[in-house]
Amino acid sequence: MLRQLRIAIIFLVLFTVLTGIIYPLVVTGIAQTAFPHQANGSLIGKEGNYTGSELIGQPFSDPKYFWGRLSATEPFPYNAAASSGSNYGPLNPALTVEIQARIEALKAVDPTNDQPIPVDLVTSSGSGLDPDISVAAALYQVPRVARYRGLPEEQVHSLVNRFTEGRQFGILGEPRVNVLELNQALDELK
Amino acid sequence: MTFTWIQLGLYLFILLLLVKPLGSYMARVYEGERTFLTPLIRPIEHLVYRITGLRGDEEMDWKTYAVAVLLFNLVGLLLLYGLQRIQSALPLNPQNLGAVRPDTAFNAAVSFVTNTNWQSYSGETTMSYLVQMLGFTVQNFLSAATGMAILVALVRGFVRHSGSTIGNFWTDMTRSILYILLPLAFVLALALVSQGVVQTFHSSQQVSLLQPIQGASNQTINQQTLALGPAASQVAIKQLGTNGGGFFNVNSSHPFENPTPFSNFLEMLAILLIPAALCYTFGKMVGDTRKGWAILAAMTIIFVAMLSVTVWAEQSGNPAITKLGVDQTASSFQSGGNMEGKEVRFGVANSALWATVTTSASNGSVNSMNDSFTPLGGLVPMWLIQLGEVVYGGVGSGLYGMLAFVIIAVFVAGLMIGRTPEYLGKKIESYEMKMASLIVLIPIIIVLFGTAISVLVPAGKAGVYNPGPHGFSEVLYAFSSAGNNNGSAFAGIGANTTYYNTILAFAMLLGRYWLAIPALAIAGSLVRKKTVPVSSGTLPTHTPLFIVWLIMVVIVVGALSFLPALSLGPLAEYLMR
Repeated sequence: MLRQLRIAIIFLVLFTVLTGIIYPLVVTGIAQTAFPHQANGSLIGKEGNYTGSELIGQPFSDPKYFWGRLSATEPFPYNAAASSGSNYGPLNPALTVEIQARIEALKAVDPTNDQPIPVDLVTSSGSGLDPDISVAAALYQVPRVARYRGLPEEQVHSLVNRFTEGRQFGILGEPRVNVLELNQALDELK
Repeated sequence: MTFTWIQLGLYLFILLLLVKPLGSYMARVYEGERTFLTPLIRPIEHLVYRITGLRGDEEMDWKTYAVAVLLFNLVGLLLLYGLQRIQSALPLNPQNLGAVRPDTAFNAAVSFVTNTNWQSYSGETTMSYLVQMLGFTVQNFLSAATGMAILVALVRGFVRHSGSTIGNFWTDMTRSILYILLPLAFVLALALVSQGVVQTFHSSQQVSLLQPIQGASNQTINQQTLALGPAASQVAIKQLGTNGGGFFNVNSSHPFENPTPFSNFLEMLAILLIPAALCYTFGKMVGDTRKGWAILAAMTIIFVAMLSVTVWAEQSGNPAITKLGVDQTASSFQSGGNMEGKEVRFGVANSALWATVTTSASNGSVNSMNDSFTPLGGLVPMWLIQLGEVVYGGVGSGLYGMLAFVIIAVFVAGLMIGRTPEYLGKKIESYEMKMASLIVLIPIIIVLFGTAISVLVPAGKAGVYNPGPHGFSEVLYAFSSAGNNNGSAFAGIGANTTYYNTILAFAMLLGRYWLAIPALAIAGSLVRKKTVPVSSGTLPTHTPLFIVWLIMVVIVVGALSFLPALSLGPLAEYLMR
């Protein structure tokens, strides 16, 4: 028993060093050399003036921007220091209230649009940081964004097409549009 | 919808394709044979033995083996608890996080040592980089290896005869980590970084917001703080070791933990890879790979059936939302379906697949919020956990749990047709049957009693987040998850309280060791028996008939035990839609 205890302690120390120090350090070393951009958060912009991450969504409520998913992070949406989903059950009245409010906000800035609203535009993402919306959700917003920016719809539409990412390797995942990158490109049009 | 089925099929195809190569590799590792990694790793292995004072050929009887398991897990638990309590005085804490609360730290320590990885805390706001590495990453390796070691010991009980020893725990641990877990984790971690999983020791990163927003007290917020950290190294092993504990609060739905559909595919593959391949390892070690394939077939059939239900339920969407004029139909422009708590890049298909994968294995990581699944979409993951984590299950623990079901299946079938029950040439007698019953019954008791107590006491009810039957489901899910060492949650439940942290920690401890010890006891009993030659009276245990029989036993036990509880939760919710 004592012998097993002694081995247990030495074994724990040994493997703590191997899997808790050496392993993550070696992975970090290689990652920082081979994939520095990805390993540090896929940042957009330059050192000292980063304008976001390709992978992390930002909150948008101005009608001249495309809006992303709802975000349930606290204390403000898209808080990337504290990821969180809404965890509303499907029948929770709070879920319906939130969706209703979002529908009204969308209608308020775009009263003439009578298309059905794509589901991802009125629901919260799991992380609260989803950078993407579906292609349907982007197309739904094209007329509004074009109008608020005084741009022809075709131009905004073609920008959406440019920022539409297909399924990875043609198979995996879902087609999607990165909201932050699309909005940054919109601002650069002028 | 076509792409949905293509993706599900592709996943299953690649998984099954890898079973044989990895399975036979692992068999060679455990039998001490030469592999392609031997020249590289043998010196390290010998170094480990030298420092710990082990000789490679030392053998243990089942009691010594069990003592070694328990002692090793105990010292691991103490270290992990201690690290969290004093993290503020230790390096690699760039956010200057304070000491973790005692009840939270105890819960987390138990959780990671038992391979559960239930998380009542939020990673990025509670745990320092040091604790994540030295504590959690280490236990991700060690708890996984513990499960694999126990399985291999049990297999030796079948293989060896008229003896008393079932191998050496330390050797089995060393080999599991050095030859299997570490190389796979290393490759996977780098593949994940290439997709965008972060791996850095820098503190969080400030970036500017394109559109500044108003905060709650009317202040202008124009910066976003991105939590970073050495995530990839931990995410890789959290998946491979069926641990599941996320680096960030929202686990693999966080874009820095699971950025692309490809990283998602790799992470899902990593969950079931070792549990599935161990079936082949088992077959190889007992000298009849058909036995391994039969068990794998039973698991896969249950898995596919469950998967179809989840995908269908989630794709059907939420009727409450349809009424509001929201479009939930699938098209080439959107995945549609129930998107609350899901990420656009994964859509419904990959979220439903992940939920099924992570709960059939005792992994418990998530890429979408299970709490927001539709009633039936959420029922399937919960029931898969309640089946005892034997449909693939945890690394090692899944197969030794399934072997308990095999023993029961063989015993019951033997009784029905009047033959002496035997499996792999070993007579199954009352002692094995008692131990197998413990393995099957203990989690059921933990889950049902834990839930019953918690919905009666105020401290338990206080944690419930969603109203109605869904709130009951949250509690039932929590105890299912803890008692079967899964770790996923209906995460709305407020579990970071003294009550839940304590009771769930005990559920995890019972669910781990009261299964591991009977499994080793079976090994100890079997290894003493003679091998009976196959005769015309032997019940074949690799035929389709046996596969169907095994499935029936698993399903019937699961249904009889949990149908009443499930009808108060998800089934009631389904009827209320």
